[in-house]
Amino acid sequence: MKNILKTKAMTMQFGGVTAVNALEIEINEHEIVALIGPNGAGKTTAFNMITGVYTPTNGAVIYTDAEGQECNITGMKPSEIAKIGIARTFQNIRLFKDLSVYENVIIAKHLHLKSDFMSATLHMPWYNKEQAKAEEKVEELLKKVDLWDMREEKASSLPYGKQRRLEIVRALATEPRLLLLDEPAAGMNPKETDELTVFIKQIRQEYNLTVFMIEHHMELVMEISDRIYVLDFGETIAKGSTEEIQNNKRVIEAYLGVDEDA
Amino acid sequence: MKNKRDLILSAILLIVLFGASWFANSELDSYIRRIVNLCLIYAIIGLSMNVTNGFAGQFSLGQAGFMAIGAYTVGIFTVPVELRANVFYAVPMNPFIADIQMPVWLALIVGGLLAALVAFLIGTPVLRLRGDYLAIATLGFSEIIRICITNASSFTNGALGIKDIPPLNDVRYIFVVTAITFVFIAALINSSYGRAFKAIREDEIAAEAMGINLYKHKCLAFMISAFFAGIGGGLYGTLLGTVDPKNFLFTLTYNFLLIIVLGGMGSITGSMLGAIIVTAGLEYLRIFDEPLKLFGTMIPLFRPGFRMVMFSALLMACVLFWRHGIMGTREITWSKLIAFCKNPIGFFKRKGAAQ
Repeated sequence: MKNILKTKAMTMQFGGVTAVNALEIEINEHEIVALIGPNGAGKTTAFNMITGVYTPTNGAVIYTDAEGQECNITGMKPSEIAKIGIARTFQNIRLFKDLSVYENVIIAKHLHLKSDFMSATLHMPWYNKEQAKAEEKVEELLKKVDLWDMREEKASSLPYGKQRRLEIVRALATEPRLLLLDEPAAGMNPKETDELTVFIKQIRQEYNLTVFMIEHHMELVMEISDRIYVLDFGETIAKGSTEEIQNNKRVIEAYLGVDEDA
Repeated sequence: MKNKRDLILSAILLIVLFGASWFANSELDSYIRRIVNLCLIYAIIGLSMNVTNGFAGQFSLGQAGFMAIGAYTVGIFTVPVELRANVFYAVPMNPFIADIQMPVWLALIVGGLLAALVAFLIGTPVLRLRGDYLAIATLGFSEIIRICITNASSFTNGALGIKDIPPLNDVRYIFVVTAITFVFIAALINSSYGRAFKAIREDEIAAEAMGINLYKHKCLAFMISAFFAGIGGGLYGTLLGTVDPKNFLFTLTYNFLLIIVLGGMGSITGSMLGAIIVTAGLEYLRIFDEPLKLFGTMIPLFRPGFRMVMFSALLMACVLFWRHGIMGTREITWSKLIAFCKNPIGFFKRKGAAQ
């Protein structure tokens, strides 16, 4: 299997605090990989380094593009990283709240636009053609994920579960190869979580995605992950398949604490 | 099909309005004509300010500076060459530009482009700032522009200002420029770039994660805004007939801030409404400045200056009852107008229920 993303000794220090220390991750194409760990373990920091929000103080992020070329994406801008095929969602939903569902999704198509600003403003034929194609894709996508009927509604007026879903759909609209989900099930009830599990599996199949996610819902993680990385205080304390992680002593200690009598 | 209908209706409206401007030009007296012209010019600048402040969500207060650039370009290049020695009597005009004379339309475009260029230069450092800091920095730059103009005497005649600008008291001309501005900005906002601006306004971090280059788009919005502010400033110069640095104090910017806040930040039709209300309102409230005799006694409050008190009170009422301005981020569209005409009472009821 070819890998799609690799981090080499990726480290982030804020002042004297090491939030993530020498993180080594390898994600293969078409896998679902989970990153777990207690609060403050540095999971979101790791995501922010991969997506360009932070520049790692040390180490490198290597991405393998669709042609199989390895490229070093360390320190690239978030917008450039989105362009090469890595999309993400956020821990606290970050939708464009006052815009409609449809606008939220079609904005994600802007990065594929080749027309310059003048031809877009004057609605030149080549721009209209590009735009029509984008609109078609958005319609198809929204219909597939059952949001088409709500396209006119304000994003902020959707129910919570739907907002989470919309955020994933918006990320999908950038046509990524690697999708980073930051706690997609946070705040969801069991029914919504089940729906999400099905949804993630479905989109992975349909869009040939690789998924890398941070999640606290262990049921969800154990059900859909191929492999798991566990972080604690910025250190990688374990990695492996779901069974390996479930039986790993250090992971249990990190989550439940050490038994003093033992 | 709906799009086609809207296009046709808009075209008809533009033609009708152009006809009206023709009528206004020949039939109305010069006082009313001046108010109409001022409305139109304020609308241009209000629209331009709405691009950065309302749509891209970048709170910029540099409009007066960009207007000054446009106004001075028009001033410098349209004063007839033979009159220039008269205007530049203290410091002779720089020989480099002394013989260049342009027609007004060309001077307007050059002024707009110069303003956009300055916006690009300012934008590089300034657009890294956010919120209040951006407002302060742009305000500062607008004053810097004004002070540069005051001191570049051989180009701008310094504090004496430039007089004898050929007046352009033609409502049709100004109307056409306003219409072009309106159509251009409406088309921009309805394009993919306009949506990118809105995305930046809503959430910069998410916008960037969706592949929108923040700096590029903010700079673009800033330059477009400056371009039209320059053109509006140029027209303002021809309307006044003279430009002098004191016309472009930073307080001028607040007029346009008022227009877009009143009309609705992020609404093009709102800016038009705002421009008309503010300009016309300030004129028609002049009755409060004149002494009033009621039942044989003089009402003591009615004296020069009372107009501004009334205007402020009205504004406060507006802001209290329409927190997001008259239009908010909504637009007056043809579909809404038609729905309103069919059922005026039901229209407001439905809208009320939706809120």
